[in-house]
Amino acid sequence: MLTTSSPPRADRLLSWGLRLAGAAAVLVLGGIVLVLLMQSAPFLLDHGSDLWRNDWQPGQARYGMAAMVAGSIVVSVLALLLAGPLAVLLAAWLRYFAPALRRPMLALVELMAGIPSVVYGLWGMLVLVPWINQWAPPGASWLAASLVLALMILPLALLVTDTALGQLPVRYLQAGQALSLSRVGMLRRVLLPQAGPAIVSGLVLQFGRALGETMAVLMVAGNVVQWPGSLFDPVRTLTANIALEMAYATGDHRVALFASGLLLLLVTALLLLLSWRLRGEKHALA
Amino acid sequence: MRWPDRLAAVSGALLLLAVLVPMGLMLWSLLAQGSGVLSVDFLLEDPSQAGRAGGIAALLISTGWILAVCLLVAVPLGLGCALYLSEQVPAGTRRAQWLGGVLDMLAAVPSIVYGLFGYQFFAISLGLGFSILSGGLALALMVLPLMIRSAEQALRAVPFSYRQAGEALSISRWGWVKRILIPQAAPGIAVGIILSIGRALAETAVLLFTAGYVLRRPDSVMDSGRALSVHIYDLAMNVPGGMPRAAATGLVLLAILVILNLLVRRWLRPAQGVLY
Repeated sequence: MLTTSSPPRADRLLSWGLRLAGAAAVLVLGGIVLVLLMQSAPFLLDHGSDLWRNDWQPGQARYGMAAMVAGSIVVSVLALLLAGPLAVLLAAWLRYFAPALRRPMLALVELMAGIPSVVYGLWGMLVLVPWINQWAPPGASWLAASLVLALMILPLALLVTDTALGQLPVRYLQAGQALSLSRVGMLRRVLLPQAGPAIVSGLVLQFGRALGETMAVLMVAGNVVQWPGSLFDPVRTLTANIALEMAYATGDHRVALFASGLLLLLVTALLLLLSWRLRGEKHALA
Repeated sequence: MRWPDRLAAVSGALLLLAVLVPMGLMLWSLLAQGSGVLSVDFLLEDPSQAGRAGGIAALLISTGWILAVCLLVAVPLGLGCALYLSEQVPAGTRRAQWLGGVLDMLAAVPSIVYGLFGYQFFAISLGLGFSILSGGLALALMVLPLMIRSAEQALRAVPFSYRQAGEALSISRWGWVKRILIPQAAPGIAVGIILSIGRALAETAVLLFTAGYVLRRPDSVMDSGRALSVHIYDLAMNVPGGMPRAAATGLVLLAILVILNLLVRRWLRPAQGVLY
């Protein structure tokens, strides 16, 4: 019976319970920031300026992370340069040149988005690394990491682009057809520029995901702490460094790893703000 | 069609290959490495020699426990937060924007950072140690934004006229939520739960320093237990000769994820935007 009304006490409890659940989301974010800050604050005050040097030797209390920051950046930038254009062009092609393929491809791409990063890493170890090793040993390298990352961020970049193109008014396309513009011309002059901000905003988020990715990069990048000089050199990223050294780190070394986690958090937050800005979304946080 | 269009149509097919070939290679390489050891026994036996021999039964059990802890926390909390968003915060208000921003931020936090937080907070500060409980809790926090967003969409999709009808009958809010809103949104909420399971199963970095590496079958949630994804990583990177079993475990994990994906497709297409 729907008409039986429960006592108002149940309603009050519900209201408070929901409020608590809503607060939980905020508490989690606050907790993460607070824990990382508390762990790394004393260290940052003492050695904050040393972190930027290119000298990572925890055994001798030298915690310069410059090489790994550079490693993270170059690996992610190359991955974005590879995956971004490919994803945008492919999404546009599927929508305007091969609509019959669009549904099955999007289904495949959604499946790709769900593949665990360790499986991408495994693929890199089994296929990419031996292949690169044939002409530029050792194989585990900046290039391998970027290729694996590119394949990982491609699905979401493609889905975001597809959504952005889908939100364009149909009349653009109709007007273009009435003017008998070529489809390539339409795409280049009208559709892609119009959807541009939303696409770029999505790509910025994917860049953040690439920066934060740990496992796949860890498995194929070679993990040598050195300034990334060539595409075929092994590199180590900040995330891989945390995963590799957290298990045995103590004292200042451990705190340095927390500081690098804080840095990652800060960078992803900034990228998210940038992505909101680009989309012109009004967020109270931005 | 003019020549630029024709050229674009052809070159697009080449771009398609740039996606399909790597994916095909991935499947092929996993099968080539792993199909030799894949069998029913592989699923039923416990691993031995650090995973070089035997199967993955103990890992399936650990993974199941970690998943159970994760869902026990993430589902009620996520549903509560989604109800709060859909029932008590009018869309477009400042508070809704704030909460939305916080959820986006949580979704963007790198998983290794969740791992660091879980290690420090659950394993050390709360004294839970390397345990299934720590791992499951850290994982729950990571899937929370996905769970909230998909449940919120499901709740918002319930027609407004139902609410009006409920109010006309002067049904209590609790009655409305329990008897109409949640049953109506149940398929969408189920999709959210399945998506969360998929995300949780795929995750590795969160579990490295929370649930730990131990290969034994866990006796309780306070034991350390190794998840499937962590097993793949460890076999591939740290155990010489572990590659065939790493690939086989990868195939098992992929099969589970494909089944979950098909379930979602059968049940209900999630509205756009849930997956990312």
